[in-house]
Amino acid sequence: MLISEREQLRANIERRVIDFGNNRSALIPVIQEVQQKYGHVSEYVMQVLADVLHIHPVEVYGVASFYSFIGHKPKGRFIIRLCRTLPCEMKGKERVARQLENDLGIHFGETTDDGNFTLEWANCLGMCDQGPALLVNERIYTQVTPQSVHDILEECREVFGVHTTLQEKEMSCELPTSAK
Amino acid sequence: MAFKNYILVCAGTACESSKGIALYEALEKELKAQGVDAEAQLVKTGCFGFCEQGPIVKILPDESFYVKVSPEDASKIVSEHIIKGRQVKELLYDQDQSSGTSADSIDFYQKQQRIVLRNCGVINPEYIDEYIAREGYAALEKVIFDMTSDEVIKELTDAGLRGRGGAGFPTGVKWGFTKNAQSDQKFIVCNADEGDPGAYMDRSTCEGDPHSVLEAMTIAGHTVGADQGFIYIRAEYPLAIERLENAIAQAREYGLLGDNILGSDFSFDIELRLGAGAFVCGEETALLASIEGKRGMPIPRPPFPAVKGLWGKPTVINNVETWANIPMIILKGSAWYSSIGTETSKGTKVFALTGKINNSGLIEVPMGTTLREIIYDIGGGIRSGKKFKAAQTGGPSGGVITEEYLDTPIDYESLQSIGSMMGSGGMIVMDEDDCIVDVTKFYLEFTVDESCGKCAPCRIGGRTNYNILDKISRGQGKVEDLDTLKDLAQAMRKASLCGLGQTAPNPIMSTINFFEDEYMEHINEGKCRAGKCKDLMSYTIIEDKCIGCTACARVCPVNCISGEVKAPHVIDQDQCIKCGQCFTKCKFDAILKG
Repeated sequence: MLISEREQLRANIERRVIDFGNNRSALIPVIQEVQQKYGHVSEYVMQVLADVLHIHPVEVYGVASFYSFIGHKPKGRFIIRLCRTLPCEMKGKERVARQLENDLGIHFGETTDDGNFTLEWANCLGMCDQGPALLVNERIYTQVTPQSVHDILEECREVFGVHTTLQEKEMSCELPTSAK
Repeated sequence: MAFKNYILVCAGTACESSKGIALYEALEKELKAQGVDAEAQLVKTGCFGFCEQGPIVKILPDESFYVKVSPEDASKIVSEHIIKGRQVKELLYDQDQSSGTSADSIDFYQKQQRIVLRNCGVINPEYIDEYIAREGYAALEKVIFDMTSDEVIKELTDAGLRGRGGAGFPTGVKWGFTKNAQSDQKFIVCNADEGDPGAYMDRSTCEGDPHSVLEAMTIAGHTVGADQGFIYIRAEYPLAIERLENAIAQAREYGLLGDNILGSDFSFDIELRLGAGAFVCGEETALLASIEGKRGMPIPRPPFPAVKGLWGKPTVINNVETWANIPMIILKGSAWYSSIGTETSKGTKVFALTGKINNSGLIEVPMGTTLREIIYDIGGGIRSGKKFKAAQTGGPSGGVITEEYLDTPIDYESLQSIGSMMGSGGMIVMDEDDCIVDVTKFYLEFTVDESCGKCAPCRIGGRTNYNILDKISRGQGKVEDLDTLKDLAQAMRKASLCGLGQTAPNPIMSTINFFEDEYMEHINEGKCRAGKCKDLMSYTIIEDKCIGCTACARVCPVNCISGEVKAPHVIDQDQCIKCGQCFTKCKFDAILKG
């Protein structure tokens, strides 16, 4: 990362911390914003937050590592979280899980080599009567079947055209709104 | 402008993901195309609860209730119903119309009484005016101008409202503690961190009627003397978050949140805080820690948050469903509310019916309704005519209810007395195909995964219990293991810091109590009667029945089925991953599971 980028990031974080009341309570909302924008919370971000909030970086790390939606390692642009709880299991989540692993060539907890997809488990998405359910970034898919896994992944892949540069890809990680 | 018809389309997450949006757009287009867009108004509503039959369309004023409507049906609905005034028969739930065509005539709704879900599926949750038109914010007005704080608390106490998050603490008493606590600042918190697998009523309420929560929180603020509220909601619920954000903005615009509410000298505002995927944050002290920007770990109680909560200040913290009850109690009075329900549990309870049941969905029934009524009359019985085995209530903190207890009237005490729990109201119905050991393992896996790790009984006890269950499910268990499970469960109950650890062993205790024979079968005979424990089962091909169609060999993902065309096939047991695809595929019942 270039120095200027880091400075910009620091300035952004400082500004957002003030927006959220300039106290410890701002920590999680700001971490969530960083997570959403960059896909992970780097050590640099943690240090900046510690400086701004006048707490030890270990405190920040403690928070960042506690919550499963926050990661300190880079994750894929699309984070696919499949519900693994009982109601979804009863509706056949296992086969959906196998299909996801086969199609992406990774296991749960891993990220594809191209950095596009991360596969994770989630504990209940609240779609218990519509299972199996999965969450792609902030979009919920219900009654997923091994067949529809393919369509969901294809929908995600459409976001990355062949000729898009890495930077452009980063900017367009939102799923198309017309999807599904 | 008055419309001749109102077309209500469900826009909850469930219907949205089953093409609800496309349906809405198709109806919009058809209304325009057929030139009747001035006669009928389209309304996006919250969840009707009958998600099994979604997407649902309801047409007012005749209350026709159309189910499983696809975008292709839009043109017919408009041309037949809106223009010609004839119902589209094939879309009605009850096609022979023996019992009528409106929602009330459907079994699913007949035994329900909707207080919490009063507005879900009726109003458009994105417009505050629709909420106001249904007596919304009238309770707040009454509290600010016509009632004293003590009167409000007395009303809630007399009504007998108890916390719907699971523990069932009397709400009025809780508010009384906070009101009487001396402090320069107090807080109101809404716990929308619903995480129990199988429960989703809080999501539906926030999506379908967000203002009822905001109104109730504001009432609490006025009553106890707080000026700041927080709603802590799971990040897994994007639509609920969006609706709440929108509702807060509208309430501020209307002067129902912010400074000098309704022209009085009372000021109150609400902020949203998002969870980040930690189930334990549904525990109140952990939730408050999370709002403060810390790891979501519980702390010992007392002191209870009602006297020492957020930043050490007195804090009223209630669950979404509890909040949604409050405006109705204020408006209709405690006498009305306490007339519903049982001796100790008043009012209604929302349950999420899931699992092997015909009509899964969200239902609201008076306390004291029996499980049999819920499962058979409302839920329509067990799917594909299988035999009922048990219903799991209370999620990972609850237990199972078996056939013999189906007639127990449901309330907080009765459920506890049979070893289960009200919990947040998830109800997972299991049939004979579900293995009780497997189900228990599921819950333990969940609590182990979600344990915050602060106290040893939960962290170590949960893991050890899980390991033992895993062993049993692989046929390597010993009879003594059941005693170890029970001992550990007792220790966890007594010594864990918070509700998560204290109740995590409930599924174990409850299932051993009712289904000890099944545990023994796993241990002694290495047999899983439901065929769920993969290590205890195998698939074999019955030579006489196999005609050699090769369907199974083609579907096998690991290519472990071999055999010539038109000759019996064989499964290589060493390679078989027991996915069951061949079993499902075989049309000749030639594959034996067991």
